[in-house]
Amino acid sequence: MKLFKTLVAASLVLLAVPSFAAEGQKDAKDISYSFEGPFGTFDRGELQRGYKVYKEVCSACHSMRLVSFRNLSQPGGPSFSEEQVKALAATFTVKDGPGEDGEMFDRPGLPSDRFPSPFANEQAARNANGGALPPDLSLITKARAGWYGTFNQLINGVGGPQYVYSVLTGYEQPPAEAAKDAPEGKHYNPYFASGHWITMAPPLVDGQVTFDDGAPNTVDAMARDVSAFLAWAAEPKMEERKSLGFATLIYLAIFAVLLYFVKQRVWAKVEH
Amino acid sequence: MSTAEHADPNRRDFLYIATGAAGAVGAALVAWPFIDQMNPDASVRALASIELDIAPIAEGQSITIKWRGNPVFVRHRTQKEIDEAKAVPVTDLPDPVARNANVKEGDPATDVNRVVDGKEKLLVMMGVCTHLGCVPLGQQGDYGGWFCPCHGSHYDTAGRIRKGPAPQNLPVPIYAYISDTKIRIG
Amino acid sequence: MGGHSTYQPKSAAEKWLHERLPIVELVKSSALDFPTPKNLNYWWTFGGILALMLVVQIITGIVLVMHYTPHVDMAFNSVEHIMRDVNYGWLIRYMHANGASMFFIAVYIHIFRGMYYGSYKAPREVLWIIGVLIYLVMMATAFMGYVLPWGQMSFWGAKVITNLFSAIPFFGEPITTWLWGGYAVDNPTLNRFFSLHYLLPFVLAGLVGLHIWALHVPGNNNPTGVSVKSGQDTVPFHPYYTMKDSFAIVVFLILFGVFLFFAPNYLGHAINYEPANPLSTPAHIVPEWYYLPFYAILRAIPDKLGGVIAMFGSIAILFVLPWLDTSKVRSGNYRPLFKGFFWIFVAVCIGLGYLGSKPPEGWYVIFSQILTFYYFAHFLVILPLLGLLETPKPLPSSISDDVLAKKKPALPQGQAVPAE
Repeated sequence: MKLFKTLVAASLVLLAVPSFAAEGQKDAKDISYSFEGPFGTFDRGELQRGYKVYKEVCSACHSMRLVSFRNLSQPGGPSFSEEQVKALAATFTVKDGPGEDGEMFDRPGLPSDRFPSPFANEQAARNANGGALPPDLSLITKARAGWYGTFNQLINGVGGPQYVYSVLTGYEQPPAEAAKDAPEGKHYNPYFASGHWITMAPPLVDGQVTFDDGAPNTVDAMARDVSAFLAWAAEPKMEERKSLGFATLIYLAIFAVLLYFVKQRVWAKVEH
Repeated sequence: MSTAEHADPNRRDFLYIATGAAGAVGAALVAWPFIDQMNPDASVRALASIELDIAPIAEGQSITIKWRGNPVFVRHRTQKEIDEAKAVPVTDLPDPVARNANVKEGDPATDVNRVVDGKEKLLVMMGVCTHLGCVPLGQQGDYGGWFCPCHGSHYDTAGRIRKGPAPQNLPVPIYAYISDTKIRIG
Repeated sequence: MGGHSTYQPKSAAEKWLHERLPIVELVKSSALDFPTPKNLNYWWTFGGILALMLVVQIITGIVLVMHYTPHVDMAFNSVEHIMRDVNYGWLIRYMHANGASMFFIAVYIHIFRGMYYGSYKAPREVLWIIGVLIYLVMMATAFMGYVLPWGQMSFWGAKVITNLFSAIPFFGEPITTWLWGGYAVDNPTLNRFFSLHYLLPFVLAGLVGLHIWALHVPGNNNPTGVSVKSGQDTVPFHPYYTMKDSFAIVVFLILFGVFLFFAPNYLGHAINYEPANPLSTPAHIVPEWYYLPFYAILRAIPDKLGGVIAMFGSIAILFVLPWLDTSKVRSGNYRPLFKGFFWIFVAVCIGLGYLGSKPPEGWYVIFSQILTFYYFAHFLVILPLLGLLETPKPLPSSISDDVLAKKKPALPQGQAVPAE
């Protein structure tokens, strides 16, 4: 069994391959969310508020081209009703066509539409944002890590939502050292993944979005809500995955016990 | 593992049966995702309804649009076509059932049962021959309706099968008027 | 493969088939009745686990192809379409992605097991060589599969690994251009990787068939390393090892399930959820964990061609392992010195894996060089010398004797155990 333990330890070390912190990125603030851990689920109210923050603030520059309005009413998500989703979709204008005259035309959004992008293409987006490309947010919480380290990530997760939260709330005065060569039109943010200088100005101010449920709308609360919403958008099947996983593991555990006894029974007559 | 247990064949059988059953159930459950993945996905299911402006379709004209990947014929029928369709007794039809998703199942294939709201001017139906799925040609064939070139099925001016190998009338999809000039299919 | 079967067709239909295609007898003799040493421990179950993982990868892969689009403009989105829209698509894709890691966990344990118990020694050299071939094809398959989602790490991984071939003197550049089908990794590259990624698993399945064939000629090695002497030493494969393997497989599936359902992205890289961008390299390019030891060897040598040769050499050396180990004794259990060096070697491999994940600078490079040197020394110096210098412990006269000897201490109070 020494053999067994050693190899398990060995494979764990191999498994637990650390990635690297991008240069100088500060570890994200380790706030906790309702959807963490093997049993965590999304908080519907939080997702609905997060959607509103995305719509009223982020969507001016950031696309979410992988998400459709219909996703907002599917199980495991913000749980808007189908009527609400129709109304939400209709507040957007979507380009469709070509119509019978061969021209593209505008129409109100439908639940089956993807979230429309604020810019027609990458060049237009860069042009409007001082040369920087506002990244698509559909997968942002899976495409960024809040912290690094093999066991750290195994235990605490990769920290994608915390990364988003930390960037949104992490603007600060640059230290004197860094302020000397502050790049033009950039803002100091130690949590930002590629260097400490981010083109995006602090996007949130206290009281900016009014929530229908009267929840607090401080920068902190809005950043929390929108990062939770983006976590859902990146992994919309998370709740289904966890519940199916739980059932599967219980089944496998029972089946393993049964097989163990069968194996013992079969081998009982043989010295081995 | 005591000797007493060994002497009891029932308990041993039970263990083997329970394990075998657990394995079989597990195998059946794990098969389902692999089968279900071939069903229409969420984005396909979401596109199941379209709206159509019918105002531009003049009398005697028809258009073909795509719905769920299939052609749908939308024909603004002439009075003559409607009269011809009405003149045929249902008992003469090879398929006497309306095949209209908007009326009760099994209703007779009268002309009025081939449309919705009694609006007989506008005929909306799937452009897929009920024989083997070709697209019939409009205003052709022995009955002035549709004719399928693949295997020679003749449909009348209400899209009902009259002659040839096709077993059923062209099916009418679910559709509704959302205004006088607009319908929604699906 | 025959000769172990007592198959007699019973019904007329069985007889009819047997006269035309004796497939039932083949299955019975090679899979059910096959005499297998009775002392195999759980390390021997990884062969069965690997067979299952190959099947899992092929089935999930075939399903993913039904929804995937191999085009640079659509590949990334089609993978997300699988994750978001296809019924159970997320499950099948996570199975495939994590299944690859599980496959490698199992194959590494299987390889180290073979090394410890001397399973590569006569008469099993061909069996071992086919195994190394399987491992090579696995690595190629996994590499090309990782390119298909066309994320940032897919793209840059493809670029870096294909650039290894540019180290070849004179022909390097034409070969890389030929591999790419262009002047950079682009749509033609993606398409050919897709084609080969679909093909190679079936090549693997064929090699696995050969591997099993080559296993069934000499039969299994076993923890004592002593050859089977009589029927006393063996049990039929079914039900003894079918049940033991099944139990091990289900336990392994639990580990698989934990990753699949509760940490499905832990073994991947976050940056691969960003679409490929040929104009910007991510800060650190790191291969998947299962390549890291070789990546460390590559970077340990400060010369481009030298690094590539060392990396491929570190795998190629496995082909001649049967002739580098000069000891007459198979099992490490009876080789006191070898045992120690075996564990040092395992630690060195893990150490190289760790170093492969670190940036190539400072002490990391020096350690990589030391461990790379040791890696090759293990095969080229230590193993040949050990066989000559070491005095092995006395071997049991047979498998049965060994089993009985191990049971003895328990006998005093074990009198009540029925003599079964």
